[in-house]
Amino acid sequence: MATTPVIPTPDAPRAVKTNRIGLQVLDYRGGKTTLCAGCGHNAISERIIDAFYEMGVQPERVMKLSGIGCSSKSPAYFMNRSFSFNSVHGRMPSVATGALLANQTMKALGVSGDGDTASIGMGQFVHMIRRNLPIIYIIEDNGVYGLTKGQFSATADIGSKLKTGVVNDLPAIDTCSLAIQLGATFVGRSFSGDKKQLLAMLKAAIAHNGTVVLDVISPCVTFNDHEGSTRSYKYMQEHDEPISELGFVPHFQEIDVEYDPGTTVNVQMHDGSHLRLRKLHEDYDPTDRVKAVSSLMSAHEGGEVLTGVFFVDPKKPSFTELLNLVDEPLGTLPESRTRPGKAVLDSVMQQLM
Amino acid sequence: MATENVALAAGGEGGSQAQADTQQQSSQARIVNDFSIQIATVNGSGSQSANSVLLKSIFRMGIPVSGKNLFPSNIAGLPTWYTIRASKDGYVARKKEIDILIAMNADTWQEDMMSLPKGAAAIYEESANLKQYRDDVACYPVPFDKLTAAVCPEAKLRKLVKNMIYVGVAAKLLNMDMAAVEPALRKQFAKKVKAADLNWAAVQAGYDYATANFTKQDPFVLEPMNETEGKIIIDGNAAAGLGCVFAGCTVAMWYPITPSTSLVEAFIEYAKKYRVEENGKATFAVVQAEDELAAIGAVLGAGWAGARSMTATSGPGISLMAEFAGLGYYAEIPGVIFDVQRGGPSTGMPTRNQQSDLLAAAFLSHGDTKHILLIPGSVKECFELAIEAFELAEAIQTPVFVMSDLDLGMNNWMSEPFDYPDKPISRGKVLTAEELAKAGGFARYKDLDGTGVGQRTLPGTDHPLAAYFTRGTSHNEKAVYSERPDDYVKNVERLTKKYEYARTLMPRPEIVANGTSKIGLIAFGSSDFATRESRDQLTKQYGLATDYLRLKAYPFTRELHDFVASHERIYVIEQNRDAQMLSLLKLDLNPEEVVKLRSVRHFNGLPIDARSVTDELVTQEGI
Repeated sequence: MATTPVIPTPDAPRAVKTNRIGLQVLDYRGGKTTLCAGCGHNAISERIIDAFYEMGVQPERVMKLSGIGCSSKSPAYFMNRSFSFNSVHGRMPSVATGALLANQTMKALGVSGDGDTASIGMGQFVHMIRRNLPIIYIIEDNGVYGLTKGQFSATADIGSKLKTGVVNDLPAIDTCSLAIQLGATFVGRSFSGDKKQLLAMLKAAIAHNGTVVLDVISPCVTFNDHEGSTRSYKYMQEHDEPISELGFVPHFQEIDVEYDPGTTVNVQMHDGSHLRLRKLHEDYDPTDRVKAVSSLMSAHEGGEVLTGVFFVDPKKPSFTELLNLVDEPLGTLPESRTRPGKAVLDSVMQQLM
Repeated sequence: MATENVALAAGGEGGSQAQADTQQQSSQARIVNDFSIQIATVNGSGSQSANSVLLKSIFRMGIPVSGKNLFPSNIAGLPTWYTIRASKDGYVARKKEIDILIAMNADTWQEDMMSLPKGAAAIYEESANLKQYRDDVACYPVPFDKLTAAVCPEAKLRKLVKNMIYVGVAAKLLNMDMAAVEPALRKQFAKKVKAADLNWAAVQAGYDYATANFTKQDPFVLEPMNETEGKIIIDGNAAAGLGCVFAGCTVAMWYPITPSTSLVEAFIEYAKKYRVEENGKATFAVVQAEDELAAIGAVLGAGWAGARSMTATSGPGISLMAEFAGLGYYAEIPGVIFDVQRGGPSTGMPTRNQQSDLLAAAFLSHGDTKHILLIPGSVKECFELAIEAFELAEAIQTPVFVMSDLDLGMNNWMSEPFDYPDKPISRGKVLTAEELAKAGGFARYKDLDGTGVGQRTLPGTDHPLAAYFTRGTSHNEKAVYSERPDDYVKNVERLTKKYEYARTLMPRPEIVANGTSKIGLIAFGSSDFATRESRDQLTKQYGLATDYLRLKAYPFTRELHDFVASHERIYVIEQNRDAQMLSLLKLDLNPEEVVKLRSVRHFNGLPIDARSVTDELVTQEGI
């Protein structure tokens, strides 16, 4: 059911805009940000609010999980009505895993950073992907450690410079290539400054069931926005190279736009939504892992930051589906279903005699 | 050359009274139902089934029995020993002295033979000619290979079947009831009838050989009793795993580590049988983690989202879990961690016994962190305290550690059958949407009733005021980030209050006191068995009466203080070098009580035995 926008007129009382479940965008807001003015993370928080509002997700059905770092603070700045768990450095994936085992009916949104993911959290990041845990995992990627004042992270490009002039002499870990190789079922990269692309990608992520890895380049205005940085606003404006143009038609809207199969890949998502990916690169094929990794590597060699949805597989079962659990959340099953009767214990005892 | 010769280690432990339990050889006197058998084999030789059949046959004869696997951290090739103790008096601790040796390992048999006390008996491979080393031991040489070949045409099975020959030989020499041996063997092989037949033939071959060739030269015999009827045999890890099934545990995430692995495996096995619904869907999820960091992270994630969740680990895993343990304490999230302790420090002795993680677990994590420990002292308590751990974790909203150990966890113990839980599952202070609507909201960390325990909501609770922000950073009553000194202090003081409330809910110690003794013994966990036996030795052999308190939990309860106050000297018996439990007691007791504390420690990796406790006590008492 589509929401018809109400256009306010000067004499009519201003109607409150609501989404398909009757909530206002206000219902998706969070606390006041304590991050720096201009921080890319704040823009990402805004897009998260927009995406969940526009998709009409009940905030109480969402779990926000994070690790440690500037990025991981941000769940306090959006969706106050959602349940939030700010855990320990680099280990949010395990907390999310446990939470989803306890209640597989919830939507999980993980917010991490490049340090939280690609250094201290690498172990849990790769195993989350390998399991295809149903979570939207956002890496707010600025190439530096902000809270400890600007050391390089493992996603910083080789040759990029710190404000102090220190040059990074180690290669970057490409979280997207890694995620594609390890079996993530939705992998994309965006830029906090690209509202349209990021919003469409987040909405598609909400429609997906499985591990979504979104690496969002999010400049750190305080420690990594200078000349010589490859994570600055300026660098991104000059080197952002979209691989496709994203169109997203949610499951509750009628499809009224035709597309040309020759130029556009149409992906039907798990919840019935449609992701339309108009090719901007010749050999773009978001269903082919090898091509996706190859495109990423070539773009990187050419000094471009490739953005867009690189890979998507809406069919692979998610981790919680593989476990063959009862339909209701395990965490709140009644005693009658979690404690076998006395006869069972007696028979076990009998066998041990 | 073996470097971990248990037989030698036992022999070399010293002790002025070691000979007290040594049986003097006598052709007249019979020693009935009171001796130990040690079977020395090579790891990976498949002796486990034979040893189990021997143990369970004795059990079926109604004789109290215990078995201990003293094994190396190795898959195959290193020496391993299995000891079986039959005790008419019901003593189930390790017996320091070996009475009967079954020597099957060429690498150790000379040393094994040399370590026997005078008057012992030895069954061994004929070609080893162990008689050359000792003329004071009853010798029974057996041509194992020849006998095996005769009953087992298939060459590749002979290595396994060979072990059953010694079961038959021992059965004959010990005057065992073959009508008890056969059902024990048939149960061991369950539905594998062909394997059972083959192995039974081997047992009979051994029995027949002994009948035809040996004259009884040692005093050890078994006679039927009626002391095991209605009892079960189980290991502590299986008991704890079963406890988790009946505790309503729904999420387990773990990383395999000796000696805890079989706990989760038992949970999986029982849960697959008893926690799968008619449509084939499971009411539990078990995930093998990438490491212990992830295991504890998932336990907390699941506990936060409403599940009864657990993990099982041992020392190194406990170390890795430290950071999350502090988060669990501070963010107040229920979860259960089984620590099946082994020898430390570091990798230490992965397959040997210790109780040396107490201090690490009690204060696991940085900052002012303290935890609740439950300490089972029997397989029955492994079951009961597993259930209690989940109850307490949710009542107190905190991680709870269950401190088992290798001896308790991996060895078979005789026990009364377990009782069905006598109280329904209680999920603690969890607010529903209806309750929230009625109350008009809630403050997660507000102390409403003086217990220090706040109310919590679970993700998915359908009310706009249900959500709160869980964090490891300091927070106020409403779970909002705050570094205000007053908010911080108020919150951590409430945690102290909550810990004091937890103290009132802890399982009470078990006290055995006659009210006149000046000496009190304190022990816990698997040290209980040796301590009980030692008390009898002290009374019978030294006329020294003692009172006894067995701890079941930390923080300590009032009973502990009363016990210490009412005795002149307190001996704390434990299996670690640093007297860790005594250290915890020191923190709790007043200075005038602390000076009463003395320490009896046993930490060489072998399960503690009564004789070592008795000798140490006698020395310290100056008797």
